[in-house]
Amino acid sequence: MQFFYHFGKYLILLKDAFKRPLNHRYFIRQVINEIDAIGLNSLGIVSIISVFIGAVLVIQTGYQMQNPLIPAYTLGYGLRESVILEFSPTIVSLILAGKIGSSIASQIGTMRVTEQIDALDIMGINSANFLILPKIIAGILSFPFIVILSMIVSITGGYLAAVMWGISTSIDFISGLNYWFVPFEIAYAILKATFFSFLITSISAFHGYYASGGAIDVGKSSTKAVVYSSIALLLSNLIITKLILG
Amino acid sequence: MIDVRNINKSFDDKHVLKDVSLVFEEGKQNLIIGQSGSGKTVLLKCLVGLFEPDNGSILYSGRDFVTMNKNARKEIRKEIGMLFQGSALFDSMTVMENVMFPLLMFSDLNAKEQIDRANFCIDRVGLTEAHNKLPSEISGGMQKRAAIARAISLNPKYLFCDEPNSGLDPKTGVKIDHLIEEITQEYNITTVINTHDMNSVIQHGDNINYIYEGEVWWQGNKSSFLGNDNPELLDFIYSTEILKRIKPKK
Repeated sequence: MQFFYHFGKYLILLKDAFKRPLNHRYFIRQVINEIDAIGLNSLGIVSIISVFIGAVLVIQTGYQMQNPLIPAYTLGYGLRESVILEFSPTIVSLILAGKIGSSIASQIGTMRVTEQIDALDIMGINSANFLILPKIIAGILSFPFIVILSMIVSITGGYLAAVMWGISTSIDFISGLNYWFVPFEIAYAILKATFFSFLITSISAFHGYYASGGAIDVGKSSTKAVVYSSIALLLSNLIITKLILG
Repeated sequence: MIDVRNINKSFDDKHVLKDVSLVFEEGKQNLIIGQSGSGKTVLLKCLVGLFEPDNGSILYSGRDFVTMNKNARKEIRKEIGMLFQGSALFDSMTVMENVMFPLLMFSDLNAKEQIDRANFCIDRVGLTEAHNKLPSEISGGMQKRAAIARAISLNPKYLFCDEPNSGLDPKTGVKIDHLIEEITQEYNITTVINTHDMNSVIQHGDNINYIYEGEVWWQGNKSSFLGNDNPELLDFIYSTEILKRIKPKK
């Protein structure tokens, strides 16, 4: 019952959030600021994680490819599939759920407990729309680029590791990357990431918006935001994958 | 003028406001006083629409705030300014941006006029030197003044203040009280102040409403306040040891 109560509250909040903004120019400015906070500020951590994961994936795959019957191009092919289908859209989104989710929940939660949201409401501003919609839009606009960047950086990291440590030749690796390439997989990854961005921003905003009490409660709502958005992300990953690729 | 008629508000089984009827007059400082937990904050939140009363009506110059639709409420909200206990300034914005914010959202003024108006409000509360500072960079008293500047930026007809001098030293508290009094009279605002600061009550209470266990227990003004014969109110006024010593014996 509790689940349905909270889910209903979440839907009502989304209904309030998806309304026409009061001042369009101000709204665009907010979206740009949020793109900076959600998107640009995540590029560094995403790049670092991606380059190392790409390299490690290549080393681990190479370690399991001692059998001469396995074609040499498998290394590049395997890395490409792992990165495009799962690592960049899902694992990177999970990492961002921690980084962005906690930031959104604590920011909105602090505004709630310090009565800043009440101040907006009293002024006649739709606080859900004002605070949440720019974050959702910024997330939806940023995530596809973050995911594409992650793909490029992971594959580059994998390539460098493969060539530098002699796990594969450059030609074999690149031919693996090109082998049986289905462009739709990129679209699938972007679609997933876009949906995940919506889940992360909206669920985190929900937990922040309904925070109450003081600093400890804001911390708790921030933790809940990360936990619930991660669970929602994993569940929807399964459903989307089954629907599209299953 | 705000006319509150027979307001009731409950949370689960707890009946917090019991048939509260009050009139807040224009150009005066209307005080709501009472112990913590007496229901005064709930009353204030009902007045500004943060809580919905279970029944009764709240008439803003004859317009019933409780029954009106969202759009009509928006119009009234433009006439309301509120000073929160913790100031509630937007912490990502400078003082200037905080004061500009209602103007950006609601006024028909052009950019230059908005800046002029914000500058005027900031100067009016004596914060000229803090224009470009963030709320975290200024003192509690300055935050309160910045919040007052934001509250008056749209020329409100109604000003609500929730414990305006709490958390401030007595001298700064008195300054904030004086500022609110000046603004109330200067712009003929209906000011409603939620307080339990005895200095404010004695000095600025044009219309004092004592709430006791969710009911209006006593009404009067600063001249009749100390000489009242209401035992609960007397208990509230002379609650500290020092005040007990100067309590007039009857």
